[in-house]
Amino acid sequence: MQEINKERKPLIVAFCCNWCSYAGADLAGSSRLSYPANVKIIRVPCSCRVNPLFILKAFQRGADGVILCGCHPGDCHYTTGNYYTRRRMSLLFSMLDYLGIERERTRVEWVSAAEGAKFSNVMNDFAKTINELGENKRLEDLRCKD
Amino acid sequence: MQRLENAVLSKAKELLESGKVSRVLGWTKGEFCYDVSPCVFNTVDELKNFVYNGFCGANLSKYLINESKKEGKIAVFLKPCDTYSYNQLVKEHRIKVENVYAVGVECQGKFDIEKFYAKGVGFVASVEEGLTEVKVNGETVLNRNDVKLERCLVCNKKHVAGEEIVELNEKLPSDSDRFEMVKKLEAMTADERFAFWKKELSKCIRCNACRNVCPACNCTKCVFDNPNSEVSAKANATSFEEQMFHIIRAFHVAGRCTDCGECSRVCPQNIPLHLLNRKFISDIDKLYGEYQAGEDTTSKGPLTSFTKEDAEPSDAVGGNK
Ligand code: SF4
Ligand code: SF4
Ligand code: FES
Repeated sequence: MQEINKERKPLIVAFCCNWCSYAGADLAGSSRLSYPANVKIIRVPCSCRVNPLFILKAFQRGADGVILCGCHPGDCHYTTGNYYTRRRMSLLFSMLDYLGIERERTRVEWVSAAEGAKFSNVMNDFAKTINELGENKRLEDLRCKD
Repeated sequence: MQRLENAVLSKAKELLESGKVSRVLGWTKGEFCYDVSPCVFNTVDELKNFVYNGFCGANLSKYLINESKKEGKIAVFLKPCDTYSYNQLVKEHRIKVENVYAVGVECQGKFDIEKFYAKGVGFVASVEEGLTEVKVNGETVLNRNDVKLERCLVCNKKHVAGEEIVELNEKLPSDSDRFEMVKKLEAMTADERFAFWKKELSKCIRCNACRNVCPACNCTKCVFDNPNSEVSAKANATSFEEQMFHIIRAFHVAGRCTDCGECSRVCPQNIPLHLLNRKFISDIDKLYGEYQAGEDTTSKGPLTSFTKEDAEPSDAVGGNK
């Protein structure tokens, strides 16, 4: 068990909105720009589909970092979805910090469909941060981990 | 305060007798002076058990969700803090207002029975209430502030709803800052905060009382009742699994929580839930402008509105160290 844990690569969950960020990830792929393999993308219709529960659930299930990507403010496919995301996540992240849970483990980035390079940079940078932080201990749930 | 109780009682009688309402929502006597509970009175005769004293902390507004949908008009007594919850429920279309006759009642702060015990009173048989002092069991005189609920110590709320108000004395103001403890926590290091919350939240027995009592928690179907959500039951595998419940509970009422303090009052484990709610309130105030939920019935809540200039989540750590 100890051995396995040592080898364990941090797990990163990236929620990407269908219209901008997911397309951005696609572009990164087709432009042969790399991003870490331990970033798992979950496609959502809009960044505002992401309920705080999704984020906590990801942590509970063993994610070490969670990043939420959406269209740039003003560009949301549904016009205003990401403005609500922005308020919600500001409050949620501040609350996590208030509970003493590392602030750096959660992030919001705006990535458009044309920003393949930005997507790759953001993911590399976020993965670097999470690698340095190591395993998420404060929001895990032992029942859900192997 | 006996005079106040009589005034409220005669108001209840008058409303029932005149036929203005067919039912009255108030508080009823328990076995002891401190175990009063919410009650619907249907006749003047039933009012013999009516009580209004320092132990009537229970906020009656949430009962109106069901009661206002029944036949006939119902009168309800609301303390200043309760009127905010009432407004918030009206705003969220949870109450049929045309079936409600709301009456504001004077409140000089309600009691926390535990605080009597902490003051060395073993059994509370009777309390004579004065504005600033209380006399317990006819002998021990205590400062009213020493036995008040936490929420009442910082309360400066005034009635913001109600057709009329039963008030004999003006409410004494409080000069305490409700965000004092939030600020203290914000000033701690992340490790200290984690330790603080771990200690508090791991006491939780997931009785759901905080959710059930909350006037802002009024969904007909709650995520915590969904067996597939994996958050429906108390787990005992890890020491801190309750964070999820608590963050989500507080988040679901963010921007709608009136800081009525009911959640902290009912928690059998004495978890300071208000410190979670007030963190959201203080962040909202700082980031999006001061906002008091329930002050009116029309304004847009901070999480159902936005401006193009809002802060980015990366910058918005609301004063934490
Ligand atoms: S009332 Fe207290 S013990 Fe019960 S679920 Fe809420 S926080 Fe937990
Ligand atoms: S969260 Fe607590 S303080 Fe806020 S409205 Fe609900 S019961 Fe009242
Ligand atoms: S569709 Fe991309 S943020 Fe709304």
